[in-house]
Amino acid sequence: MTYELIVIGASWGGLNAVGEILAALPEDTDAAVVIAQHRRADAVEGGLAGLLRLRTRLPVADVDDKAPIERGRVYLAPPDYHLLIQNGYFSLSKDDHVHYARPSIDVLFESAADAYRDRVIGVILTGANADGAQGLAEVKRRGGVAVVQDPGTAERREMPSAALAATAADAVLPLSEIGPFLYGLVCPPAAARTEA
Amino acid sequence: MSTEVRDVEEIEVALLLEAIHRRYGFDFREYAPASLKRRLWRRAHAEGVETISALQALVLHDPACMERLLLDLSINVTTMFRDPSFYAAFREKVVPQLRTYPFTRIWVAGCSTGEEVYSLAIVLAEEELLDRTRIYATDINQAVIESARLGVFPLEKMQEYTQNYLAAGGKRAFSEYYLASYDGAVFDRNLVENAVFAQHNLVSDRGFNEFHVIVCRNVMIYFDRSLQERVFELFHESLARLGVLALGHKETIRLSSFARHYEEVDPAEKLWKKVS
Repeated sequence: MTYELIVIGASWGGLNAVGEILAALPEDTDAAVVIAQHRRADAVEGGLAGLLRLRTRLPVADVDDKAPIERGRVYLAPPDYHLLIQNGYFSLSKDDHVHYARPSIDVLFESAADAYRDRVIGVILTGANADGAQGLAEVKRRGGVAVVQDPGTAERREMPSAALAATAADAVLPLSEIGPFLYGLVCPPAAARTEA
Repeated sequence: MSTEVRDVEEIEVALLLEAIHRRYGFDFREYAPASLKRRLWRRAHAEGVETISALQALVLHDPACMERLLLDLSINVTTMFRDPSFYAAFREKVVPQLRTYPFTRIWVAGCSTGEEVYSLAIVLAEEELLDRTRIYATDINQAVIESARLGVFPLEKMQEYTQNYLAAGGKRAFSEYYLASYDGAVFDRNLVENAVFAQHNLVSDRGFNEFHVIVCRNVMIYFDRSLQERVFELFHESLARLGVLALGHKETIRLSSFARHYEEVDPAEKLWKKVS
C-alpha cells in the first residue's frame, strides 16, 4: 500500500509532540504531512510554522486556500480556519467550531478519509478533549491506518484515550516511536531496502 | 462495502445539487466539495433524515426546506472588524489612494449580514471619505441582504467589536456608532446612506459596474478552483486600473491565471492591486 497523506491531530502539549515526530521524518519522506494543532484564533500567523521549522528540514507552512498537496512537505491548519482535504489540494472553511475547536481535527481527518481513503495515516496525539476521535474512526473505516500516542506518554491523555475508545487503533505507541513508525510506512522503496 | 457507500454518497450529492439547480436556479455544483458535504449533512440531520437523497426529496417538494438549506449553504458568519490588522492596512495603504479620487465605488461581494460593510463605512467616515464613496453590498441570499440593510447587531457582541475596532486603529469611541435598543445595537444610518444593498450571485451573475475596490473575504474559500477562476475573471473585469482586490488572510490570487495582472499591496493582508 502506498500512503500519500499523514494527518496529525494535536491539542494541549502538541507543539512538543509534533516537533518530536517531525524531527524523526527525514527529507525523503514520501508523503504530505498535514497537522491540525489547536491554537488560539488570534495566534500569530506563521508562528507555529517558525517553531516547527527548528525541528525539521522538511518545508513547513500554514496552508493557503486551494493550495496543492505535495509530498515531502509539512502543512499546518491556519489559526481560526478549518482545514479540509480534497483530491490533490486543500480547502479552508470558517464554519462553526467543532468540539469548540477551529481548526478541528475531526474536520481534517474526515475530509482526508473521504478524499484519500486507504492512502491516509491518521495520528492522534496529546490533548485535553475528544476532538479527532470520530475523525480517526473514519480514517480507519475507509481503510486507512490509525495511530494513537500511548496515553501514558501524553502530556494530556484525554484526546488519545477518546481516540482509542472510538476505534481499534493499528498502533498505540510512545511518542518517541511514532516518527520512526510513520517513516517506515512512507519512506521511498530505496530507503526501505537500505534499512533492511 | 465502505467504498460502495462512499460512491453512493457522491452520486447523491451530485444529484441533489443538480436538483437544486433545476428546481430553484441556485448553482452549488462548483462549490468546494469537502465543506459543502459537511453543510449538506448538517442540514440532513437537522431535518431528521439519514441520507442525502432523502434530503433531496424534501428540498424538491418543500420550498421552505430549500430556504433553510440555502441559509446553511450561503451564510458566512462574520464579525465587525474581523482581522483588525486588515482594517489597519486598509487605512494605511488603500485610503491614501482613495483620497485621489473624486468619487469611489467599493464592492463588498458576499456581504452576508453586513458586519464588514459597516466596519468599512466606519473607517471611511473617520477618514472623511464616506460622503464621496458608494459601497455596493451584495450577497446571493436575499434574507441576509435585508438583515445587512437594517444594520442591527447583537448587543452582546459589542464588547468584542469594540476591542476589534480599537485594534484596527479606530479613532473614536465605538459606542458613538450605535444605539443600544431592545432589539440590539442599531447602527447609525448615516453609515449606509450612500450604500446600495442588492442580491447578486457570484456564480451566475455578471459584473454591474467598475469599482476602485472589491472586498471579498472568506467567501471564495467555499468555491472550487474552477469557480474561483471565473469569479477572479469577474472581479478582474469589474476592477478599475490600479483598483484594489481584498481577499481573506489565507486566500490568494497567485494560484489563478490572473496572478500576473496583480501586485501585492500588502502580502500579509492579501491586498492586491490590478496593474494590467
